[in-house]
Amino acid sequence: MASDLPEGGYLPRDRAWQPDALTPPYKTSVARSPQAPLISFPTSLGEETSPVFPDSIMGPLDNDLILNFAQPGESAIGPRIIVHGRVLDETGRPVPNALVECWQANAGGRYRHKNEGYIAPLDPNFGGCGRTITAEDGSYEFRTVMPGPYPWPNGPNTWRPAHIHFSLFGHGFAQRLITQMYFEGDPLIPLCAIVGALKSQAAVDALTAPLDMDRTVPMDARAYRFDMVLRGRRQTYFENRSEGL
Amino acid sequence: MNRSGTLKESPSQTAGPYVHIGCTPNLAGLAMYGGDLGAVMKTGPVQGQEITLKGTVYDGDAAALKDAMVEIWQADAAGLFNSANETRGKADPNFTGWGRSAADMQTGEFVFDTIKPGCVPFPDGRLQAPHISVWIVARGINVGLQTRLYFDDEADANATDPLLTHIADEYRVPTLLAKSEGGGVYRFDIHLQGPQETIFLDI
Ligand SMILES: [Fe+2]
Repeated sequence: MASDLPEGGYLPRDRAWQPDALTPPYKTSVARSPQAPLISFPTSLGEETSPVFPDSIMGPLDNDLILNFAQPGESAIGPRIIVHGRVLDETGRPVPNALVECWQANAGGRYRHKNEGYIAPLDPNFGGCGRTITAEDGSYEFRTVMPGPYPWPNGPNTWRPAHIHFSLFGHGFAQRLITQMYFEGDPLIPLCAIVGALKSQAAVDALTAPLDMDRTVPMDARAYRFDMVLRGRRQTYFENRSEGL
Repeated sequence: MNRSGTLKESPSQTAGPYVHIGCTPNLAGLAMYGGDLGAVMKTGPVQGQEITLKGTVYDGDAAALKDAMVEIWQADAAGLFNSANETRGKADPNFTGWGRSAADMQTGEFVFDTIKPGCVPFPDGRLQAPHISVWIVARGINVGLQTRLYFDDEADANATDPLLTHIADEYRVPTLLAKSEGGGVYRFDIHLQGPQETIFLDI
């Protein structure tokens, strides 16, 4: 491909894999999707750098949603679970020191938010937000309660599958990503228009966490495994070689 | 395209209307963490010109998005990033370079108290005009939108900027220019659709 531009450090986002901006069954996307094509441009310093999030900003309960909003001696109501996994990049390398933030509804499907009107009650001991920094091997862990499904006004009777929202900040602003995790076996997954923005079953599977009995804590909490993948950097050596062939 | 990746990037999903709970919990009324990340970009006296960026994200019906969240990332006044990946020198220690602003839930306006960035070189040796990387998420946005903010009072630098000169539809370039309103205030409205649709980048 002829171009007077240098190659960027990060691989371009795979737009054939990522959802399109316009997905009409998800109604809010109709007026909020850009109509002109995106302009492709290689990443450079501003996209290949990211702020420093030192481990020291993290409190001991930041990744424990069962306790981090609870009164002393109390805890959130709902099925107790551990959500854990690794943050990797597209080349398969772990991403250490990534900021992982999550938010979710409580066990009844109710968010703690002033714009939320669902009749399910708030849990006074559950806030619904957590954060952590990935370890050297890219691993992270949250302790929380299973969020409930909830109705949303996309149609007359539309329900979100149980899900946890994740925000990821790796080593480059180009890697910035927000996504959602679903739970294996949830019959609402194939009915949801937001899930429906995904282009393939493989993409749905990538966001569906399986039960992980190995990490389950007996008599305490089940576990779900959710690995997340951020954009990877070009491997210059191989790129140059293949160009020379 | 020859992709050397072995794994697929996690598919993006919308941030939804309750992004505040996870990303700006204190704004959402949850007293957490001792403050919201990205709320303060200046942690002490900073080098360079202090500025305020204000803007609103508009949908195709010209309605303000009241559930958007905008993040910016930029160099300091000397063109250095406060990042572990910055190898060219040490950035201003009192300037984080990263800001996160949730749109006001009544008006839709986002605000950043920051500085005007210096110039950062492009890998081919050219100098880029002062600019700020911008990332926008909201309900209804399936994949976070990437764009850049340049300054309308940097005409000379803008005229040779590698990105701005790469844009074939020159009439769209002004959508990337923050407009000076005087007193160090710049307005950068983002239009998701319509005749003023902002240029979004696959970067
Ligand atoms: Fe949600």
